[in-house]
Amino acid sequence: MSRAALLLLADGRFPAGGHAHSGGVEAAVARRAVHDTASLEAFCRGRLHTTGLTTAGLSAAAAAGHDALLLDDAADARTPAPALRAVSRRLGRQMTRAARATFPSAALERLAAHRPQGAHQPVVLGLTARAAGLTPVDAAHAAAYESAGGPATAAVRLLSLDPLDASRVLARLGVETDRVATAAADAAARVAAEGVDALPSASSPLLDITGEQHAAWTVRLFAS
Amino acid sequence: MTPVAQRAERPADPPGAPPADAPPADVQEPPAHPDAVRATAHIRAAHNGRVTTLPRLRGDGPFHLRRVRTRGNSATVGIIGAMSAPLGGDRLALDIIAEEGAELEVTTAAATLALRGPTTAAATYDVRLTAGEHAHLRWLPQPLISAAGSNLRQTCTVELAATARLVLREEQLLGRAGEEPGHLVSRILVRRAGRTLLDQQAAYGHPEPGWDGPAVLDGHRAVGQLLLVGPELAVHRDPVLLGEGSRDGCAVLAPLAGGPALLATAVAPTSSTLRTLLDTAHAHALPR
Repeated sequence: MSRAALLLLADGRFPAGGHAHSGGVEAAVARRAVHDTASLEAFCRGRLHTTGLTTAGLSAAAAAGHDALLLDDAADARTPAPALRAVSRRLGRQMTRAARATFPSAALERLAAHRPQGAHQPVVLGLTARAAGLTPVDAAHAAAYESAGGPATAAVRLLSLDPLDASRVLARLGVETDRVATAAADAAARVAAEGVDALPSASSPLLDITGEQHAAWTVRLFAS
Repeated sequence: MTPVAQRAERPADPPGAPPADAPPADVQEPPAHPDAVRATAHIRAAHNGRVTTLPRLRGDGPFHLRRVRTRGNSATVGIIGAMSAPLGGDRLALDIIAEEGAELEVTTAAATLALRGPTTAAATYDVRLTAGEHAHLRWLPQPLISAAGSNLRQTCTVELAATARLVLREEQLLGRAGEEPGHLVSRILVRRAGRTLLDQQAAYGHPEPGWDGPAVLDGHRAVGQLLLVGPELAVHRDPVLLGEGSRDGCAVLAPLAGGPALLATAVAPTSSTLRTLLDTAHAHALPR
């Protein structure tokens, strides 16, 4: 495996479109539920253990080589909010473009051909990781890290937060991020025997509700 | 509900003597302690060409079943809690089937209260709902209350034929008035015509990380869902937003990806505001 490939995939500068999305923190800032470093940390922790765990499981299963179309359906079943499904597919489309330039693969082309509107981002991430020679737990790490890293980075702009504080939040979540990635990869290892039902489906009611609210705003800084 | 004392009058099945129609092996772990209850109640509705009949109505453990009324083609069954359950270590299950063409509504008479039992071991409460072709199943229980110190794993597994219709409401109240909730992990898995329509797990209360923070519940203590499935919902629907910016909770009603279905998700400070949101969502979901 190439450790540098994992750093590239998880880098916020990797041109996969993530910088335009706040992971729900823009809506949380608007209702003043996130207003400082402590509330940002609580937000990132909640997202890591819900959306983060679920997307990490899907990424790990895709990186393990399980049927990407079945995993794309599994992502649909785990994403009841239409606005969040659309965001996930848009990000999947953007990551597909970046993957073609960096770690192209026949498996990704097959998925893209079957999902012209874009496949779900965690599934594309997993296939890209696989093409880069990474393991399922690597893919889970990238997904779990992004689930907290996205909101933390967005909060710097939304709250004029000190970037040092945002980085401290991510550092404090490091051990939990590792645990989520390991749990996701363990679940993905059970898919062969138990099917995709073995993957985590951890959810958050507020992220679903506010994701739909945010999509209806006419003025917003982030796309989601 | 009747006092815990009744628990002694209906002890758990003795070891080595499982009930005739025992649940599948994966839920048939031994009770965690001698007083734990293992019980599965069965409701099966069929259509005899004229009306819905109830060929199987078998209560067990804390579940006493009452045929409430039969109206038109429909049958209604009320579940009456006959003992305090679920407590830590209990293994409870409900198996509810509406066969082809049957129309069945199942309700509970009172809230289900998860309490700390003699052990801190998790209790399990598994609801299995099955609806055949052209069947109409409504599962409308009163809320589940996760009391301080309780530890419950709840599942709701739904199998629907392609032409089946479903109305499902789940409400969870985290703690009784002014107390911290117990630990509640709840998963809903819905399959329609062999395809998974919805798979969601929610986990609240200590020791779940972040459950009460701004990304998950943000201090709300009532959370619920209303799921509607049926061929008549196979039309494009825009999401409906309820209570945005309100202190009395908020909800969204929106279509699922995998079939003709609408899901309302709501969070609220109290059970009554939660019910109002879900009722309002239900009214929006009805065809106009």
